[in-house]
Amino acid sequence: MKGRLRKYRNAMMLGIFLLFTLLALVPLFGVLGYVVKNGISALNFDFFTSLPKPMGVSGGGMANAIVGTLILIGIAGLLGIPTGILAAIYLTEYDRVSWLSTAVRFTTDVLTGIPSIIIGIVVYTALVVKAGNFSAFAGGVALAIIMVPLVIRSTEEMLKLVPQTIREAGYALGIPRWRTILRIVLPTAAKGILTGAMLAVARAAGETAPLLFTALGNQYWSHSLNEPIAALPLQIYQYATSPYKDWHSQAWAGSLVLILLVVILSFIARLAFRSRKNF
Amino acid sequence: MISKKGKLLTGVLAGFLALSLVGCGTTAPSNPNAPTAQAVTLTGAGSTFMQPLLAQQIAEYSKQNANVTINYQGVGSGAGIKQVSDKTIDFGGTDAFMSDEQLAGAKGGKILQLPMTLGAEAISYNIPNAPNELKIAPTTLADIYLGKITNWNDPAIAADNPGLTLPNLKISVTHRSDGSGTTSIFTHFLSAISPEWDSKVGKGTSVNWPVGVGGKGNASVAGLVQQTPGAIGYIELAYALQNNLHHALIKNKDGNWVAPSLDSASAAAAAFQVPDDMRVNIVNAPGAKAYPIAGFSWALVYQQQSDKAKGTALLNFLNWAIHDGQSLAPAMQYAPLPTNLVSREEAMLKTVTYQGQPLLK
Amino acid sequence: MKQNRVKESIGDTILRLLTLLMAVSVVGLIIWVGWQMFASAQESIHTFGWSFVTNRVWDPVKQNFGALPFIYGTIVTSVLALVIAGPIGLGVAIFLNEMAPAKVRSVISFLVELLAAIPSVVYGLWGIFVLAPLLRDHVEPWLAKWFGFLPLFQGSPMGLGMLAGGLILAIMILPTIAAISREVMAAVPDSQREAALALGATKWEMVRIAVLAYAKSGILGGVILGLGRALGETMAVTMVIGNRPDILPSVFAPAYSMAAVIANEFTEATYNLYLSSLVEIGLILFGITLVLNAFARLLVWSVARGPKGGHLV
Repeated sequence: MKGRLRKYRNAMMLGIFLLFTLLALVPLFGVLGYVVKNGISALNFDFFTSLPKPMGVSGGGMANAIVGTLILIGIAGLLGIPTGILAAIYLTEYDRVSWLSTAVRFTTDVLTGIPSIIIGIVVYTALVVKAGNFSAFAGGVALAIIMVPLVIRSTEEMLKLVPQTIREAGYALGIPRWRTILRIVLPTAAKGILTGAMLAVARAAGETAPLLFTALGNQYWSHSLNEPIAALPLQIYQYATSPYKDWHSQAWAGSLVLILLVVILSFIARLAFRSRKNF
Repeated sequence: MISKKGKLLTGVLAGFLALSLVGCGTTAPSNPNAPTAQAVTLTGAGSTFMQPLLAQQIAEYSKQNANVTINYQGVGSGAGIKQVSDKTIDFGGTDAFMSDEQLAGAKGGKILQLPMTLGAEAISYNIPNAPNELKIAPTTLADIYLGKITNWNDPAIAADNPGLTLPNLKISVTHRSDGSGTTSIFTHFLSAISPEWDSKVGKGTSVNWPVGVGGKGNASVAGLVQQTPGAIGYIELAYALQNNLHHALIKNKDGNWVAPSLDSASAAAAAFQVPDDMRVNIVNAPGAKAYPIAGFSWALVYQQQSDKAKGTALLNFLNWAIHDGQSLAPAMQYAPLPTNLVSREEAMLKTVTYQGQPLLK
Repeated sequence: MKQNRVKESIGDTILRLLTLLMAVSVVGLIIWVGWQMFASAQESIHTFGWSFVTNRVWDPVKQNFGALPFIYGTIVTSVLALVIAGPIGLGVAIFLNEMAPAKVRSVISFLVELLAAIPSVVYGLWGIFVLAPLLRDHVEPWLAKWFGFLPLFQGSPMGLGMLAGGLILAIMILPTIAAISREVMAAVPDSQREAALALGATKWEMVRIAVLAYAKSGILGGVILGLGRALGETMAVTMVIGNRPDILPSVFAPAYSMAAVIANEFTEATYNLYLSSLVEIGLILFGITLVLNAFARLLVWSVARGPKGGHLV
């Protein structure tokens, strides 16, 4: 009797967890379904090759925004990935246990939770107002700040996996520590590090809020990194909140391209990670 | 194998170091005097009221002047004023002229305010199956925005529209969430006709709305009206027309019901003398045909330009926009600038200098 | 300094100092961010004092600013999101960690992570064109019909409002809660599970006794991290919350969040007090997320033994 009740309860709870899992997937397919359905029908050659048309005029594309996003994440990657990797090297190779490294680890974790809009405010105050113009560079810096903690944590995990014996082998051969780190430890963990970096880049690619006050947006091609630049998320935001039907469908198409970009970056990262698991 | 990857990573590190040095260089204020031989990029931001017209003017202008790129972002008049004051953009756009206080706070010295266009603000609504040109009296409009009239079947609305049965539908008030010249024009009008509005809410680019949902930019409010049954909103006429939104007739100062159009906006402007500094409000204008919710939209330009190439390009564009560029206005239901105003503005543009030399010949 | 070392030690010194610099710069960064905001918020702090957080008026015309409506909107939408995403996220974590066969597990955890990879602005787009009309035409009228006696579900259904904001946030924080709960559950030693099973526990009993009890503070940490993410989320919320600084009891009503008001008004605050008030809202948001994240990380660390990353895409 009691046993049966327990079995029922067991089945019920397991059923609920299964149901919750299925429920969690509903919005995923809801969002992706609409993005793919509405996005594909608006995707055409022009979308990838043309500049946006003035408001109310149909046609045009998001060529500059696609390139703009690539440039922005490029700047962010160049600034953020090396910073993150170097900081992670400090945490694993030079100082694993002191109060300082604990503080750095802790701050890094906390930093991942700081709202990105706040990064936007600070970069605006520090770079845009000081330099006297909105710019791709300012946008890239804002995205880099978002990437750094992600890169540090993933790199640290990867470097920790490198067996201590490898380092010791290096020292035993009389190779100085810095060369051991740069030429032996880092390359051993390279795939994992790149995976983490790629995931951070993917995350930055979709950010909108910090770009509002830094990259600003641009209907045309930017000629230098010192000018405002278009970005896919900014363009999607602008088009989504407009009343124009044509812009709505372009916003869906832009979303599709943005998601593909993010997913492809994550996917490459994942594949790289898979192939190094047997370490 | 390993050393190959090592080289790669060392290369990345070296690249980072080089870049961080370059980075330090670019954060410093860049060289404003460098002779940018041909290509010039101008950045403007602000009003979404004039954005549809300005966007077409820019597109047209760049066909003739391929070397000039003008990036205009519709971020709201408040932002136009703020960013031009902080010198983060080359020119601003606003439909609420800058106050003396705001002018005093500008970082780059004296700012000239040039009327770029003249437009009417449509009171748009979304009532399923209702006809266009519903009549809405100014006091009724104020009461809707004060939250005192909340349903479309309210007797006050019915009284002005005999023979029309409006549905029992909640009114969804929409307004701007950003600092907006469109809001400034609208709230100046409500303050002019409703003492209660004037004392409770007041006028400005951003106000403390008693009711409603906010959208960023004219486009966003038009989108809200379009997507929400029962919605009402104030938007620049071009947005209403481009999206086939219904607009209301508004009773003007003379007691006539007037639709928003380029003619009724021109009639409103004709009732006022534009002062030398070009700062004028034309809401609730007298005149039989005058539409009461209309206004100018201004470009904000520093009288002393700090970059010769940019300054020249900017003045050439603005001069073109107030002359030839006006021909694009009527098709979008913006009123062309009155000719006497254009010549005064041209004189104003000629006072803009770079190191003491006028830029516009 | 120590010149009696081998000459390569110069390279060592350089690398050590360089990496130290980068590591310290992370700590410096967060202090700098806080300091920058604190400095720019001074005018507002001096003018309004503590009344800033209790004042419910946001009136740029009369230069009277209070953060309460934004704090309210932020808290209501975030709590709504937690109430929905908390149990579901936990359910997903239990299903994946304790029930699912390996193949199903990898597929579903990939899909859930994909949910986290969708950019905020895309959720906003979907919110405007799919979720809001759905809420306005179907969900909200239904809620009003059956639960309309509660002030929570009164008022006219508009689609855009706190309910839409809360739902979007729930979707967005679900992967965070699921992933971190899973991570801490995975840290529960198998011996715990085996012990429970050996005593004749059913699977659910095993999960409850051995896993949840062991991992509960870590799970709480995951939930709080989700809350932190919800509080600071900007774009999707801005696009669906209705952007209205007011405190209304109904979840159908439009509201405003702290991050949204910054996104909308930051570039256009035309006088210093206005700008400073916006920065102070940012400072409050920064402070809250800082404390929440710090607390949550400590909880997660306490279970998953030492600092481990629970990062998603």
